[in-house]
Amino acid sequence: MAIISCKGLTKRYDTKVLAVDRLNLDIEEGEVFGLLGPNGAGKTTTISMLCTLIHATSGAASVAGFDIGRQPSLVRKSIGIVFQEPSVDDLLTGRENLDLHGMLYHMAGPERKRRIDEMLELVGLTDRADDLVREYSGGMRRRLEIARGLMHSPKVLFLDEPTLGLDPQSRTHIWDYIRTLSKEHGTTMVLTTHYMEEADLLCNRVGIISQGKIIALGTPRELKSKIGEDIVRLKGAVDAQKLKRLKFVKKVAQADGVTTVALVDAPANLQALLKEVGKVDSVEVREVTLNDVFLHYTGKEIHQEEGEGGWFERVARSGGNRA
Amino acid sequence: MPELHGIYAVWKRELLVYLREKERVVGSFVSPLLWLFVFGSGIGGSMYAGTSGSGAYQAFIFPGILTMSVLFVSMFYGLYIIWDRKLDFLKEVLVAPVSRSSIFLGKVSGGVSDALIQGVIILVIGAFFIVHISPAQFIGTILVLVLLTFFTTSLGLIIGANLHSQEGFALVMNFVMWPMFFFSGALFPVSQLPAYFEPISLANPVTYAVDALRTVILGQSLFPFYLDIGVLLAASAIASVIGIISFGNLQQAK
Repeated sequence: MAIISCKGLTKRYDTKVLAVDRLNLDIEEGEVFGLLGPNGAGKTTTISMLCTLIHATSGAASVAGFDIGRQPSLVRKSIGIVFQEPSVDDLLTGRENLDLHGMLYHMAGPERKRRIDEMLELVGLTDRADDLVREYSGGMRRRLEIARGLMHSPKVLFLDEPTLGLDPQSRTHIWDYIRTLSKEHGTTMVLTTHYMEEADLLCNRVGIISQGKIIALGTPRELKSKIGEDIVRLKGAVDAQKLKRLKFVKKVAQADGVTTVALVDAPANLQALLKEVGKVDSVEVREVTLNDVFLHYTGKEIHQEEGEGGWFERVARSGGNRA
Repeated sequence: MPELHGIYAVWKRELLVYLREKERVVGSFVSPLLWLFVFGSGIGGSMYAGTSGSGAYQAFIFPGILTMSVLFVSMFYGLYIIWDRKLDFLKEVLVAPVSRSSIFLGKVSGGVSDALIQGVIILVIGAFFIVHISPAQFIGTILVLVLLTFFTTSLGLIIGANLHSQEGFALVMNFVMWPMFFFSGALFPVSQLPAYFEPISLANPVTYAVDALRTVILGQSLFPFYLDIGVLLAASAIASVIGIISFGNLQQAK
């Protein structure tokens, strides 16, 4: 049975804004599930409903077997959450923040003390544990929040942009821990993120959410294979029509003298491709990333506003940067 | 008792934060002291010019100023959840497996403690400069202040929980806090007010707190002491019921 199950989950703010629109989603126990979407897509609203922080307008959902509407306190007992906006107390020390958290989750004194030390160690804040959070950097606060969310060993951990504002080193550190938690403790995790790389690395499954609806769902590999497997960028004069006739080419786009080709199995087909192309100034090969997938599904509106090209052309124009 | 744990955690947090916000603690003393020593001696002096009566007026308003200072501290404390709801600890508490009534009671005890710290200091200052206070009077005063601040903190929390914008704050100041103070008889006997204001004074729970404090500190009273206490108990009870309901409906601010 799914540990999280949403059936027609809907949230309407006021009467106009439909933040989450009849969401159906099952998340299995032990999964690391990623919710990807642009700002305002409904990611945080979805998480807030699942955490019982806001009421759903209609529809139902269960978390760890408990109904979010009828059994909120049982849901709360089973979950941990790392908020997107800071929710640790500035005027308390790191240790005090964790201690109060332990009390709120009914942890006994000795257990609390042990877990606090473990968590501080985990996020590398042992040295600064007794400083006021006011004196922490943004990254340190974030780490403290993550420590707090994990402290009571929840069955499901919600992470709303868990590594936002972290330096690369801390980010890698948090990623490692998320993987360990998932592997060794079977903790189910639901995370929202802007970092495609993060979703790709961590998540078993990803749901792309736009305007309150899930528009694509699958493993990162499945999602990427819908676009193609690899992308080749060619600088120089290239005849696009000729390329489109090749069997292994899925899509071709041209902008500013750069031709971007999506194809299957670049290692095997690159030679054939280059033979067809002839002489070019430079060649660059990379794998399709979730970023390409993301642009493919969510970039439609942006492209309409700009009045030209789709996701693929935008990838081509942006020089293939992995934003 | 898991719920007691929760109440204790919320209370402890409030107290720690209050004690660390030194500006807030210090700032909250300035206005009561101005009222007592500048307003009190100035008005008292002009009313009783040529006599030694200015001290008597200071003593008369002392229970009123004490009431005012704890009233403001506790109401501000309660209203603070308008901001708190947007960030900070409240979100963390709302998502914890602690009942909303415990959160409310923890918050109220935090506000009562904050206000009492201030009340005790003003009481000590008063005992030195204005009026003699015996240990028994001291304890009696504290007990009345607990009842009063339980009510006023709850009221602040109720308003804060139902108010959705920070702009409403000024309205609350002008339409709730100042009237509660002026109609309470803190600065003058309620009997001096025109008759048409009398119902407002009588409907104001703070009136009974001022009267109870005057009974304890000065031995002057308008109503029987049991009535004062009865009204304060009833007001606190009603406010906690409404408060618990308001907290039950509290959702994270968008």
